[in-house]
Amino acid sequence: MSRSLPLEPFIRQRLALRAARGDAPILLMSHLVLGYPSLDENRRVIDAMAAAQVELMELQIPFSEPIADGPVIAQANQIALDRGFRVAQGLAFAAECAQRHPEVAFLIMTYGNILIAHGVERFIRRAAELGARGLIIPDWPPQEADLPMDLCRQQEGLDWIQLFTPTSTDARLNEIGQWGRGFCYCVARKGVTGSRTDFDGELSRFLARCRRATGVPLAVGFGVRSPEDIRSLTGQAEIAVVGTAALEIHLREGAEAVGRFFESLRPTT
Amino acid sequence: MKSGFFGDFGGAFIPEILHETFQRLTRAYEEARADPEFWNTYLRLMENYSGRPTPLTFAENLSHRYRRKIYIKREDLNQTGAHKANNVMGQGLLMKRMGKRRVIAETGAGQHGMATATMAARMGFDCVIYMGAEDVERQRSNVFWMERLGAQVIPVTSGSRTLKDAVNEALRDWVGSMDDTHYLLGTACGAHPFPEMVSWFQSIIGSEAKAQILAAEGRLPSHVYACVGGGSNAMGIFQGFLDHPEVTLVGVEAGGAGLESGRHAARLASGAGSVGVAQGYKTFFLQNADGQMLDTHSVAAGLDYVGISPILAHLHATGRVRFEAATDREVVNALQELMRAEGLIAALESSHAVAQALKELPTLPEEAVVIINLSGRGDKDIFTIADALDDPGWRRFIRKKAASYPPIEE
Repeated sequence: MSRSLPLEPFIRQRLALRAARGDAPILLMSHLVLGYPSLDENRRVIDAMAAAQVELMELQIPFSEPIADGPVIAQANQIALDRGFRVAQGLAFAAECAQRHPEVAFLIMTYGNILIAHGVERFIRRAAELGARGLIIPDWPPQEADLPMDLCRQQEGLDWIQLFTPTSTDARLNEIGQWGRGFCYCVARKGVTGSRTDFDGELSRFLARCRRATGVPLAVGFGVRSPEDIRSLTGQAEIAVVGTAALEIHLREGAEAVGRFFESLRPTT
Repeated sequence: MKSGFFGDFGGAFIPEILHETFQRLTRAYEEARADPEFWNTYLRLMENYSGRPTPLTFAENLSHRYRRKIYIKREDLNQTGAHKANNVMGQGLLMKRMGKRRVIAETGAGQHGMATATMAARMGFDCVIYMGAEDVERQRSNVFWMERLGAQVIPVTSGSRTLKDAVNEALRDWVGSMDDTHYLLGTACGAHPFPEMVSWFQSIIGSEAKAQILAAEGRLPSHVYACVGGGSNAMGIFQGFLDHPEVTLVGVEAGGAGLESGRHAARLASGAGSVGVAQGYKTFFLQNADGQMLDTHSVAAGLDYVGISPILAHLHATGRVRFEAATDREVVNALQELMRAEGLIAALESSHAVAQALKELPTLPEEAVVIINLSGRGDKDIFTIADALDDPGWRRFIRKKAASYPPIEE
C-alpha cells in the first residue's frame, strides 16, 4: 500500500493511523545485523517483527571497522564476516525483505567504505531500486557527504539520514538539521550523555534541542528496553529505535520471542 | 568546510558523536602551532629528556663495503628507544596547554603504549592504555613496563581483540571523557588533525637530519630511506627534504612472506591496496572487493597495519615518494648485517629501511649519499627478535626459565 511512499509521509501517515485508533503516537524501529547469527535467523526475526507491526527496520550491512557501534554490535559485525557474509548477499536479502513486507519501511545502515567499494552511485541506485527508504552511514558526516547526499536526492524515495548526538552544539544541530530528510536519528547512547540519575531530564533537553534544529520527525536510539522507555519518549519523538535489547532476546530466546518483545513494548493507552 | 585533506586523502570520517571532540582538539592544535614558544618548549624538552638532537651516524664499515656514503639517523637513541617519544612528548605538552590531566591511548604491540606511559609518568597524568586482549597475551614485556610505569592496561575483548578494537574502545572512552582526557593517537593516521599533528611533532627528525647532513657533507643526501607502518617516522624524516626534488625519498613497507604470497602489509608497493575510508580517514587500504579490511602480516608488529598515512598516500599519488617492500627474510638479514658491521641493533621495523637501502646501494651512483632512518632500537624487543632469528640458545633459556616457575593456578 505505502510501498512507494517516501519516508517522511510514511511516518506521518502511520502516526495518524495510530492516533485514529487511539494508540500512542510513536513508531518502532528495529535494528539487526545482516548475517548475524545468520540470514535465515534474520528472516525469521524480521517476519516476527513485521507480525508485531514494527514499522521501520534498519538492516546493517556488516563492516570490519564498525567505529560507531558499541561492543555488542561490533562483535556481531565481526562474527557475520567471519562466517562469510558478502555485501551482494545482504543487498539481495534487503530486496527480498522489501518485497515480502511492503508494509515495513526498510533502511540500510552501514559504513561509508561499503558504498565506496561497491561504487557510491551504483550502491545508492541499487538501494533505491530494491526499495530501501533510507541510508544510515554513521562515519560519513554531512560536511564530507555532498556526493552521496546529492545522489540520494536524485533517487525517488531514498533519504540520506542525518544523525544528532548529545555532544553536538546547537549550532551544529542546526547545521545538520537543515539537511534532514525522512527523519533525523538522535543517538543518545547510554554512558555518553552524562550522569545516570539525570538521564531522563537530560534526554528530554537533548530531544528539545533536536526538535528546534529540524522540521523532520525524530527517531531516538538510547537503549530502549521497556514499555516505560517507550512511554517516556512518546510526544518527544516520532520513532523509538530498539537495537541491542532485541538482539539479546533473539540470541537468548529465539526469533518468535523478539516478536512478543516488540508487542510488549507497545504502550497501552 | 573541508579540512585535513591532502590531495584526495585524509579528512575526518568520524561518527557525529565525536565531531565536537575533534573540533576542540583541532583548535587547540592550531593555536599551539601558531605559537612559536610552544615549539621552543618542545625542542628544549626533547633535548633535555630524550637526548635530542639524535646523532646522524656515519656508517663507516657499511660505507666501505658498499662504496657509497651511508648515514644513519639515530632515532633508536630516543627515550624508550624509538621515534615514538617525539609524538608522545609533543602531545603531552599539548595536553598541558589544554589543561587535560588524563591520557588514553591504543597500542598494538605495546611500543606506543609504553611511550605514552613514560610521558604520563613524567608529566603527572593518569594513563589508560587500551590493548587488544590477544596483544596483551603476546606482548607481556611491554604490558609489564606499562603497568610498572603506573598506567592501567585494559585488555579489549570485543571484535577481533586486536589493535582496531583497541582504537574503538579508546574512542568510546574519549567521547565520554573529553573534558579532562586526551586521546593520544600513535601514528600519522586517523581523522584530522592527527595525521598533520603527529607529522608536525615528528618533523623534528627531518629538520635535524637536514642540518646534520649539510654540516657533514656540505650537500643534501641523494636518497632517504624510512620504514612505513602508519608512517610517522617516514613523515618525520621526509619533511626535511620534501622541498628538494633532487632528494629521492623511499618509503619501505612490510613485504612479509613476499608480495606474491598475499601475506604482507604493503599497501602501496604491492599495488594491492585500494582507496577507501576506514578508521576515520581516506587512504589506501588492503581490503577485499566488498571493502572489508584484510588481515596483514609482518615480522615487525609496528608495520603490520592495514592503512597508511593519508599524507604519504598523497605523496605516493604525486610521485614525490617511492614505495618499496622488504620481505621478512630480507629484513632479518639486514638486521644482522647492520649489527655485525656497525654494532647497531635495529628494531625489526627499522630494519625494513636498512634492507631496502642495502638492496639498492650497489645500483646507485658512486657519489650517492644515503640516509637511513633508524626509527627504533631492537634490543628491547629481544623476545620477538630472538624468535625472528630462530635462536636455539634463547629457546633453551626460555624453556628452563619457564620450568623454574611453579605451575600456573587456573
